[in-house]
Amino acid sequence: MKKLINTPESVLEDALAGVAAAHPELTVDIPNRVITRATRPAGPKVALISGGGSGHEPLHGGFVGPGMLDAACPGEVFTSPVPDQMLAAAKAVENGAGVVFVVKNYTGDVMNFELAAELAAEEGLEVRTVLVNDDVAVEDSTWTAGRRGTGATVLVEKTAGALAERGAGLDEVATLGERVNAASRSFAVALTAATVPAAGKPGFDLPEDEIEVGVGIHGEPGRRREKLRPARDLAAEVVETILTDHHLTPGDEVIALLNGLGATPLLELYVVYGEVAARLAERGITVARSLVGNYVTSLDMAGFSLTLTKADAQLVDLWDAPVDTPALKRA
Amino acid sequence: MDFDTPLFDSPLAEAWIRAIAAAVEEEQARLTELDSAIGDGDHGSNLQRGFAAALTALDGLQPTGPGAVLSKTGATLISKVGGASGPLYGKAFRAIGAALPEPADPAVLAEALAAGLDAIRALGKAEPGDKTIVDAWTPAVAAFRTAAAAGATLPEAATAAADAADQGARDTVPLQARKGRASYLGERSIGHQDPGATSTALLFRTLADITSH
Repeated sequence: MKKLINTPESVLEDALAGVAAAHPELTVDIPNRVITRATRPAGPKVALISGGGSGHEPLHGGFVGPGMLDAACPGEVFTSPVPDQMLAAAKAVENGAGVVFVVKNYTGDVMNFELAAELAAEEGLEVRTVLVNDDVAVEDSTWTAGRRGTGATVLVEKTAGALAERGAGLDEVATLGERVNAASRSFAVALTAATVPAAGKPGFDLPEDEIEVGVGIHGEPGRRREKLRPARDLAAEVVETILTDHHLTPGDEVIALLNGLGATPLLELYVVYGEVAARLAERGITVARSLVGNYVTSLDMAGFSLTLTKADAQLVDLWDAPVDTPALKRA
Repeated sequence: MDFDTPLFDSPLAEAWIRAIAAAVEEEQARLTELDSAIGDGDHGSNLQRGFAAALTALDGLQPTGPGAVLSKTGATLISKVGGASGPLYGKAFRAIGAALPEPADPAVLAEALAAGLDAIRALGKAEPGDKTIVDAWTPAVAAFRTAAAAGATLPEAATAAADAADQGARDTVPLQARKGRASYLGERSIGHQDPGATSTALLFRTLADITSH
């Protein structure tokens, strides 16, 4: 393992100290592990709080700021945060209009946020939870933990954040978040495994010429392994896999997020995005807006995920709304 | 009551948590290895962090009974571990603790352990056969109960539970995971022992060890 760390045990604290040093517009509570906006919004506003394991940067701390999140709770690397963190965040940013938790569908995240919602309710806070579960690689049935939450988290946080900023109420913001999640599907391909600092070696061994298809964002292997193929073929397969599940028809509009998993250069992500855009055009699907880059990463995993969100005028408008966060800025 | 049967009291409860912390420290690499195969490789380090924090919390505690020790442990795991193992083990220890206000005989401890299992199942919604910690907890609690009902001593009941938990953990190998992160692998989860069931087996083995010595 070759990493820019001090010790595996102090990665999170050390990174939070760096976030604090780099971003005076954020307040970083290192003991409680909570990142909030340094400036509170004027007047009542629904507070948007998200969190999850660390190692997915800029998710979620990089999306704290006007137009998106009010607070983020980073857990240990690839491990969900604890209820105390969400409670501390909720108490810090609740602004008289209630709190929305944005939670990715992983067993640990779901349970810890559930306990946090109970604690917050005991303190008299009104909490709604939006569960993100967009990953089509996982069969969703009563016999699985359900689909993972991946790239759609960014779309939920951006659009719900914009709606909250406009003064919408708690139910309206939560319902919008649920609607964006329902309109989103994602699929990911990994070229290498991620190395968790505490583990010290890659989560799985992958020969030079092989890839894992259908991975999540925690270094776990995907649904199957196969030979590496040209970006054109991988992009076509990813688009087809999503469309098989998504039932988009010619004439539909989407917001497309082509996301890097941490170790793939933008050059390669653009190669893939070009192919994705061409495949969507062939199917008569219009890309209303696109975003290409590293937004929901998996430490040093190479590869990409594609998220397609069926768009309408309201979603595009909320997507375009001003946002001022470390990782996403728009005037 | 048969006075040859030691009761599960505060010193034993504390010895149990210290023994778990030591076992988790020792077995951290193996748990991480198992978790790397079908999860994300942090089960060992997460439990190590949690039980180390529990020891610190117990240092300042004047326990009013074995339940206070276990409840404090549970609360610490919830607030320090995260992931799935934090809430599941945390709630389990809190439930066991709540059922043990004072030193307990094997029959009472059996019911407390059953309450721990109930808490895990209520939160995690897993059934036996889903390839989770429930697959080790369920046979362990059943074995403890059966032994206690037959008049077993604390060490005897705990040893029966530990053997059953070991077997339950081994029995997860051929299963396909239906809960937790391993479920994302579908059929690829088959052939690997569940890390959570393995740590549960450790937990019952330490109970057998500390009551036997």
